[in-house]
Amino acid sequence: MNQIQNFTKGLLKENPILVQVLGTCPTLGVTTSAFNGLGMGLATTFVLTMSNIVISLVRDFIPDKVRIPAFIVIIASFVTVVELVMQGFLPALYEQLGLFIPLIVVNCIVLGRAEAFASKNKPFSSMIDGLGMGFGFALALTVLGSIREFLGSGAVFNVKIIPGDLMLVFILAPGAFIALGYLIAITRKLKDHI
Amino acid sequence: MEYIIIIISAVFVNNIVLAQFLGICPFIGVSNKIPTALGMSGAVLFVITLATIVTWLVQVYVLNPLGIQFLQTIAFILIIAGLVQMVEIILKKLSPGLYSALGVFLPLITTNCAVLGVAILTIQKDFNLIHGVVFAIANSLGFGFALVLFAGIREHIEIMEVPEGMKGVPIALVTAGILALAFMGFSGLV
Repeated sequence: MNQIQNFTKGLLKENPILVQVLGTCPTLGVTTSAFNGLGMGLATTFVLTMSNIVISLVRDFIPDKVRIPAFIVIIASFVTVVELVMQGFLPALYEQLGLFIPLIVVNCIVLGRAEAFASKNKPFSSMIDGLGMGFGFALALTVLGSIREFLGSGAVFNVKIIPGDLMLVFILAPGAFIALGYLIAITRKLKDHI
Repeated sequence: MEYIIIIISAVFVNNIVLAQFLGICPFIGVSNKIPTALGMSGAVLFVITLATIVTWLVQVYVLNPLGIQFLQTIAFILIIAGLVQMVEIILKKLSPGLYSALGVFLPLITTNCAVLGVAILTIQKDFNLIHGVVFAIANSLGFGFALVLFAGIREHIEIMEVPEGMKGVPIALVTAGILALAFMGFSGLV
């Protein structure tokens, strides 16, 4: 597989949220607005790419039996980095995402790529894979966030398009489930045509 | 009285799955049948309660005195992973019956964000140990309640005619959305 395919597969064909349905907790929890979705997506992309590189570098030194705990420690370290950086430079976003920042550690996508890809491939391919999957995740989160923000408050990225409030329920919990359900159904339909 | 408020708040008002979005993966994944849902809920109750006690002790007696609170994420996830592994080994030895009922769910629980989520929330809310334990049990009950309810609905959906594109996960998510809508009726209760 060449590197371009390696990168683009995460965007639609194997999109972690819309096709593989992994990491649903942060997806539903943080997409109350497009900006929050994008922020969470980029934070996860960073963790995913860095942990993929490091895991790929040390893959030959880690005994098979303890590989999962070792991966988790590597991932948790990068999550801590993100946590501290965000707390320092983007306190408003950190406040909004709250609990879901430390929970990147248990995001199935990160451990899933470590186990399925980075533990078997060279560092460079692993980095591309991490970037592709991460951008796919960020893309899905931003789209879902935009839909919910638009349906809920008539705005996208805080830019008002329709005045007044629309269906507030889409910003609340039930709207998250319903919007994601339909988004996955639409993606399935689109995928058949590409 | 405050214990009752914690319980009602965690089970109905701020349900961990339907309002806080924690533990969605097992919620969607193992909610096809009521017996599996009950098994998963049992395993989660066990692990969340134990994990909350241990992580609370570690936070208060190790991380806080040493001033290394920033290591919270790494420390907690390691404790939970180790704990799940240990529970698995002990259950296998002491109670093969319970192990055969809960065993298959245990490995899945390490990556269940509800466990880490409740452990971190307990610290964030500044609970003491007893409040923390009540909070953990209440949240697991909320998780089990939502899971079993949802499994009951899904058993019925299985025999319904669902449009091709909505089969499986999408219809499950929309159903969960409607269930969450029903749970919103509890808001303002506490």
